[in-house]
Amino acid sequence: MANQKTFLVRVKRQASPKEAPRWEEFELPWRPHMNIIIVLRDIAERPVTRDGQTTTPITYDSNCLEEVCGSCAMVINGRARMACSSLVDKLEKPIRIEPMTKFPVVRDLAVDRSSMFENLKRMKAWIPIDGTYDLGEGPRMAPAAQEKAYPLSRCITCGNCLEVCPQVNENNAFVGAAIISQVRLFNMHPTGAMHAHERLDAIMGPNGVADCANAQNCVKTCPKGIPLTESIAEVNRQAIRQAVFGWLIG
Amino acid sequence: MRQPRIIIVGGGLAGLMAAIRVAEMGAPVDLFSIVPVKRSHSVCAQGGINAAKNTKGEGDSTAIHLDDTVYGGDFLANQPPVKAMCDYAPHLIDLLDRMGVMFNRTGEGLLDYRRFGGTLYNRTAFAGATTGQQILYALDEQVRRFEAEGKVKKYEGWTFLSAVLDDAGNCCGICAMDLKSMEVRTFPADAAIFCTGGIGAIFGRSTNSVVCTGMAQSALFQQGVDYANGEFIQVHPTAIPGEDKLRLMSESARGEGGRMWVPKRAGDTREPRSIPASERFYFLEEWYPKYGNLVPRDVATRAIHKTVFELKLGIGGEPAVYLDLTHIPRETLDRKLEGILEIYEKFLGVDPREEPMKVFPGVHYTMGGIWIDNNNQATNVPGIYAAGECEYQYHGANRLGANSLLSCIWGGRVAGPAAVKYARGLDKGAEAVDPSVFERERKRQEGINERLVSQQGAENPITIWKEMGAWMTEHVTVMRYNKNIEQTDSKLQELQERFKRINLSDRTKWSNQTLAFARELENMLVLARVITLGALARNESRGAHYKPDFPERDDKNWLKTTRAHWDNGRIQLNYEPVDISLIPPRARKY
Repeated sequence: MANQKTFLVRVKRQASPKEAPRWEEFELPWRPHMNIIIVLRDIAERPVTRDGQTTTPITYDSNCLEEVCGSCAMVINGRARMACSSLVDKLEKPIRIEPMTKFPVVRDLAVDRSSMFENLKRMKAWIPIDGTYDLGEGPRMAPAAQEKAYPLSRCITCGNCLEVCPQVNENNAFVGAAIISQVRLFNMHPTGAMHAHERLDAIMGPNGVADCANAQNCVKTCPKGIPLTESIAEVNRQAIRQAVFGWLIG
Repeated sequence: MRQPRIIIVGGGLAGLMAAIRVAEMGAPVDLFSIVPVKRSHSVCAQGGINAAKNTKGEGDSTAIHLDDTVYGGDFLANQPPVKAMCDYAPHLIDLLDRMGVMFNRTGEGLLDYRRFGGTLYNRTAFAGATTGQQILYALDEQVRRFEAEGKVKKYEGWTFLSAVLDDAGNCCGICAMDLKSMEVRTFPADAAIFCTGGIGAIFGRSTNSVVCTGMAQSALFQQGVDYANGEFIQVHPTAIPGEDKLRLMSESARGEGGRMWVPKRAGDTREPRSIPASERFYFLEEWYPKYGNLVPRDVATRAIHKTVFELKLGIGGEPAVYLDLTHIPRETLDRKLEGILEIYEKFLGVDPREEPMKVFPGVHYTMGGIWIDNNNQATNVPGIYAAGECEYQYHGANRLGANSLLSCIWGGRVAGPAAVKYARGLDKGAEAVDPSVFERERKRQEGINERLVSQQGAENPITIWKEMGAWMTEHVTVMRYNKNIEQTDSKLQELQERFKRINLSDRTKWSNQTLAFARELENMLVLARVITLGALARNESRGAHYKPDFPERDDKNWLKTTRAHWDNGRIQLNYEPVDISLIPPRARKY
């Protein structure tokens, strides 16, 4: 790499959940428009550290590479981000890449975020339809209502909002902003609203909306710009109303 | 009644719809997916889903939708299945609407519809420019509900390796690998439905997601499941080139009024907005006055190639053309196209509301795929079904925009009940199959892993993959010359030889993505040959398949379906007639 511009990348590695983490440093040739996915692919094609040690390619999750599947969340230069939309030219060097800390590490940068999907199940995050038979059109909805709901339905379950939330820690399994925002989304839908009380019961339970301490880190980190704090406030209001008045008159 | 067990491989739109239907019929479902199903490639679909609802007084009908689809596909699609899909499309939109998909609305609170390529009607329902994501989530949520009820069991983070076939050649289960523990295990089932999506990775870079390798299709092909029309590969006219992926810029950008142009003067390096209209060449509008910017994708892609490579009018001499939205009000753009504008902005740092986007064609979709029958999504192997992009029905030689989400959901809707019906009709289920049948397949698959992990050599799988992708993209996409295609096939065989000497840089037994990728690559190379040989044989031009040496469609010799068959390690091409019983073929002129 004598004449070529290069840059340094440090990656926190962990061979398995049982093993201790370690850092490795790589020197990579710079090219225009690189993102962290290209960095990890370069390493996979030539897995040699900066000091010449042969190592293994780095395990990480990725799929769509355009920030719509939610797979490639990791901590880059200390911030929770999506690897695909993290551009090398915009990152301070050496670049530090670590796995998310609020989820169990599987290997290297891959973590197990299945708890988020389990929580969606717990919150009954769906529209309970009667079946896939021909039952005609869905309920009408004002364009303004759709425009309010649509941004919420763009949540990619990446988990970045949990990563930055101080309430998610070893002692607390707070469900986090993404899940609460989904409760709001389904409670907004005309059919979903018919069963809002079930979701509110679940979100009022342990690790639910009451655990939010209003740090507001979630809304700042969300890659999709979802108004998460607004969602939390709204679900909180709904929950309090239901707690005080019960769901039929709430 | 004995409840059959159904396996579904793939959790995109087709797989999830099939799962919902099977669960609804009371049969337990085992759902396998490499990624958590909510992260499937269907999320990348942007522009919308077609259904002739005729909500704008244009006189649209399902018959016209059928005609547009068949004509757009250059008469290679079997027409009765296309008709069934188009006829049912309005009901599918209703269903998705009931499931809570946040489609854009009109002032009256009804679903809004927009224009798309290859039609003159506003037929495309949409949820901003993230329609695939929105629909996938709705189906994911319905499946999660069934999962909570114990009717669906998910195996996320598992990759399919092969079907388990009994001694009579019927499917009795699958063999899969846990991508964490690398454990290889067999799972019995009375029928299996494959919804494993696209094959973009065969072309190296494409608009597809990382998991779209075609590995499952290729593995099935090598077990006797026929593969049809492999040579028909859609190259989307508007993508943003990137080293890791070609990011799609939806056709809906043009549906909402976006215009494509290049400076009239070659090598013009002026700022695009400073170039007056009289010095811009709106090549699609000029060449295709009736459809303008909304000609079908194959036509638009060839027009861009002509502009860039023949007329040498690429922007500043580069392979790029403008997709211009800057004349459309910002508010409209944000309401209808935000998702894709955000992609352009994030990855290139340029606001497409202010500056025309630079785009170029990119491999996008495979019209070809697993051969299935015309009624039941059934393959030629009993007990194996297929739905979605991985199968070949519905799109002929070129797919119309916004028909893919439709065909995925429709295919899943048909395949689910068809598989259950087949399974219920069996005398004996998979539980009656001798355990040695499963053991034999498991050992075979473990043997492949052992071979790959222990093999010594100097070849790197990523390097072989990049070479394959570069050859396939250069010679087996937009412009196809027989000499080049022949050379590509030789190259692929050379890569297959070199694959035998790959050296895995990771030999561990935990979450080893290098091993998983090597297995994908070995299968990709086989499917690449199916595509290449199909293209070589077809000496005509039809839809996305274009040979400058054979520029016309040749119905006399080539109005037929390519059906590739694995004959003891050899790729055999057979042909069968296309069902044109509804619309007689006519010349395709836009």
